[in-house]
Amino acid sequence: MSESIAHHDEHRDDEASKLGIWLFIFTELLFFGGLFITYAVYRHAHPQAFHMAAQQLDVAVGTINTVILLISSMTIAMATTSIQKKDKRTTLILIGITLVLALVFLVNKYFEWSAKIDHGIWPGSPLLEELGKGDTLFFGLYFFMTGLHALHIIIGMILIIVIFVRVRKDKINFGNFQLLENGGLYWHLVDLIWIFLFPLFYLIT
Amino acid sequence: MSDTTHHIVPYRTYALILLLLLVLTSTSVAVTQIELTRWATIVALLLASTKSAIVLAIFMHLKFDQTVYKVMAIFVVLVITAVIILTFLDYGFR
Repeated sequence: MSESIAHHDEHRDDEASKLGIWLFIFTELLFFGGLFITYAVYRHAHPQAFHMAAQQLDVAVGTINTVILLISSMTIAMATTSIQKKDKRTTLILIGITLVLALVFLVNKYFEWSAKIDHGIWPGSPLLEELGKGDTLFFGLYFFMTGLHALHIIIGMILIIVIFVRVRKDKINFGNFQLLENGGLYWHLVDLIWIFLFPLFYLIT
Repeated sequence: MSDTTHHIVPYRTYALILLLLLVLTSTSVAVTQIELTRWATIVALLLASTKSAIVLAIFMHLKFDQTVYKVMAIFVVLVITAVIILTFLDYGFR
């Protein structure tokens, strides 16, 4: 079979693929939207406790992680530019930087969570029980929402590793880069969620 | 298949957008640190909304994509807004 015929047989629909990832992103936005509403309602019900609890979160760590995610969003967005410019080397470097930044984010999160746990704060801890309903709700939501977000970071990293390997093997190239674009869209979603988590948990006290 | 010509966004655009996002981030940190109580909350949420709109438009290419994606994104935002309003109409008047 000649190569052109083999190429013809390849079934690919980039537009449908993109529509698919967007639909997934919308379900994710509604999912986190529900959690944000839960947060808002409990904050409304326990303003004083939420105020005191939020002051215990480290604004500096939150800000650093925000900057890290914003930069990583830019690097993966730039990768869709470099792949279209047939610049494989730059594409790999940009994807690599995104991965490293994602890892740094998780390391920060690890230290942040460890510090909280060292202070006796974890879901269902005796200290929280003593502090009362409002603190329990705040830190419950904090651990659940940032944990869920971290899970999305881990899934995103796996996806980006797959993309990295495929770019290396030229399976993703300037004529076929929808997976890279979709991976980027997912990564921006992770960034988008953090854009709201950051002010709600760290800034507004 | 790929009849739609892909818009190649220059590196510079992405860099400038990042810069803008970082400025907005530091603004929201500054505003909330000087404790303007109720106003700080509103400003921080407005800044977060602005940031997410920028990420959606440029990083996620909504500005350059077909209209259908924009329409769907706006619809989802409206749904979330409606649920927030309804929830607070409920909790506000109990």
